Amino acid sequence: MKDMMIRGADIVVRSLIAEQAEIIFGYPGGAIMPVYDALYDYHDQVRHVLTRHEQGAIHAAQGYARVSGKVGVCIATSGPGATNLITGLADAQIDSTPLVCITGQVAAHLLGTDAFQETDVVGISMPGTKWNIQVRRVEDIAPAIAKGFYIARSGRPGPVLIDITKNAQTDFGEFNYVPCLGFRSYKTHIPVETTQVKQAAELINKAERPYLLFGQGVILGKAEAELKFFLDKSGIPAASTLLGSGALTQDHPNYVGKLGMHGNYAPNLLTNQCDVLIAVGMRFDDRVTGDLKRYAKQAKVIHLELDAAEINKNVKATVAVQGDCRESLAMLTEAIEAKKHDDWMARFRELEQQEKAAVVQHDLTPTKAGLTMGEVIHQINQYKADDAILVTDVGQHQMIAWRYFNYKKPRTQVTSGGLGTMGFALPAALGAQLHDYSRQVICVVGDGGIQMTIQELGTIMQTKAPVKIVLLNNNYLGMVRQWQQMFFDKRYSFTELDNPDFIKIAEAYNIKSQKVTERVDLQEAIEDMLIHDGPFFLEVVVEKEDNVFPMIATGCSVEEVRLS
Amino acid sequence: MKRYTIFVITENFIGILNRITIIFTRRGINIDALTASESRIPGIHRITIEVTVNEDTVIQLVNQIEKIIDVIKAFYHEDEGVVYQEIALYKIPVSRLDGGLEKIIRQHNAKIIAAEPDFVVLELTGHKEQTQELLEILKGYGLLEFARSGRVAVAKRMLTIDSYVK
Repeated sequence: MKDMMIRGADIVVRSLIAEQAEIIFGYPGGAIMPVYDALYDYHDQVRHVLTRHEQGAIHAAQGYARVSGKVGVCIATSGPGATNLITGLADAQIDSTPLVCITGQVAAHLLGTDAFQETDVVGISMPGTKWNIQVRRVEDIAPAIAKGFYIARSGRPGPVLIDITKNAQTDFGEFNYVPCLGFRSYKTHIPVETTQVKQAAELINKAERPYLLFGQGVILGKAEAELKFFLDKSGIPAASTLLGSGALTQDHPNYVGKLGMHGNYAPNLLTNQCDVLIAVGMRFDDRVTGDLKRYAKQAKVIHLELDAAEINKNVKATVAVQGDCRESLAMLTEAIEAKKHDDWMARFRELEQQEKAAVVQHDLTPTKAGLTMGEVIHQINQYKADDAILVTDVGQHQMIAWRYFNYKKPRTQVTSGGLGTMGFALPAALGAQLHDYSRQVICVVGDGGIQMTIQELGTIMQTKAPVKIVLLNNNYLGMVRQWQQMFFDKRYSFTELDNPDFIKIAEAYNIKSQKVTERVDLQEAIEDMLIHDGPFFLEVVVEKEDNVFPMIATGCSVEEVRLS
Repeated sequence: MKRYTIFVITENFIGILNRITIIFTRRGINIDALTASESRIPGIHRITIEVTVNEDTVIQLVNQIEKIIDVIKAFYHEDEGVVYQEIALYKIPVSRLDGGLEKIIRQHNAKIIAAEPDFVVLELTGHKEQTQELLEILKGYGLLEFARSGRVAVAKRMLTIDSYVK
């Protein structure tokens, strides 16, 4: 009997292996040392990547999860190690990213005594996790991890935190891993109601100007094919949210562009002219809707959504179809008539031409000397692989990269959407790359954001992850500066940056690098970067005071989308 | 704005009450009263929350509460949909006892549940309006201490929690 007993720390690692974790991002420390000791024994079964900061570890786990569809795993110690995970937890919570985070905790007898590196991480992380738990006894470790993985990946995915006291890690217990298959308080499958589908189909069949919006729910529900079949049959124009990009290839004839504050002109403007609005796996975020009081008031709204708490939260649904959109879309496709909406589609194309003339030409084929962010993305499109993954940070470069990157495959977009976490991109790109070394991972980042997590260049160096880093440097916190220019009388309050020599930094990390300041050098530099076997750091110095358009200013309606 | 009673049927896990109250806190909504107790099914707790909001908000609150992993079910009712009671205790100095107080106790159907050399404790169960009315009167009798519970309530509709606990 005694022979079958193993250390709690070994139970942690063997449970992770049982859940098919391939890679763990983490950072050691006092309260998690037994688990690190166990990792030493299992390094041939599960890979551990040492990041340079716990925030880097969790963002890397997010990047890994977003491209793989699997649960990202990270480990940190108690106290500051645990609190450094909080930004990543909040980010994963709002963007529905499946994670299991394990934190060490002081021994159970010290809990509540302000012991060294003790912090109430369960309390602190409660609003930013789908579920969390503190484990104080060795026998509770494996069941907590099993339940954690089940919760993280099922239903609407999200982050889970499991806090394990040091005594539970060092005590001995039996290991008999039983995967979690469900429990009574948590229903993951909601059967789609046929009456709702029928009502939705009736609205769609009668519609003259139907319009479909799709979000990340399509990707999370693996409903990309179902979306395409629905659009093929219905002939309905379709637009994407930020996180929905990639769910439908942009070459699809029904694809009309992107929604939101810096989305495309037609998709925003025509939201207020459609007669039936079909929202699939999206949550009507305020960056998508603008002023809710003037959002699609003329339209009957059909909402296909898994999470009951999202239905009627921001926009009232005429017909709500709760359930997995993979099922509901297939049922709806069955129930609708095959149609074309050529005249209605033509309206989108007309407005698209206006946007091209007013914005896209300036962005992609500028006549002024200064380089634009848009032309950099445009050049990337010429040379990138179809399944290249674009990882972006937050700000102007994020919106520009999203607007112009040519998405062709699902799970090729990794960005911090809901939380808008600067510093996300570099570690997330690392995580995305470590899922598959053979994929092209292009990390587009600004000079502000990269400096929030720049130390992860060290992890890229150590892992030799061939991430292609494209720094769009305008020496400004560009998005904030744009707002200051437009809404705060050009009072550029603390947005200009004196930057270091980024190329020297890249060199210090032994990462091949190049700096481009002239248009003539851009194309070749991008080509060189993408064919380089290994990580590459490309700095492009862009126009200092360029703005992102179209734009729906805060408090404005979608129909007030501006081209300049 | 209207008064609603929210019922939450939940697993009895550490931290669950915290997870529920966070949903109110982040929207800046004050909980009027809250009671928690074990239900008639062992391991399952029942939390009753009284809140004054509009109906759209109470629906969203209930949906977000029900989304909590360890919550089994949550619903809301208007006052007409529930039978509810609150209990109030009043501590009065013995020196102020007189015939007037005896009459008040009788009129309000209150009870003396403890008598000490220096004070007596009165108990009244009822709706808040009733316990409040007695409170106002007893302020004139040197009231030393007053405590009132949140509401305990049962729904009028004929659905039992067994149907959610499988």
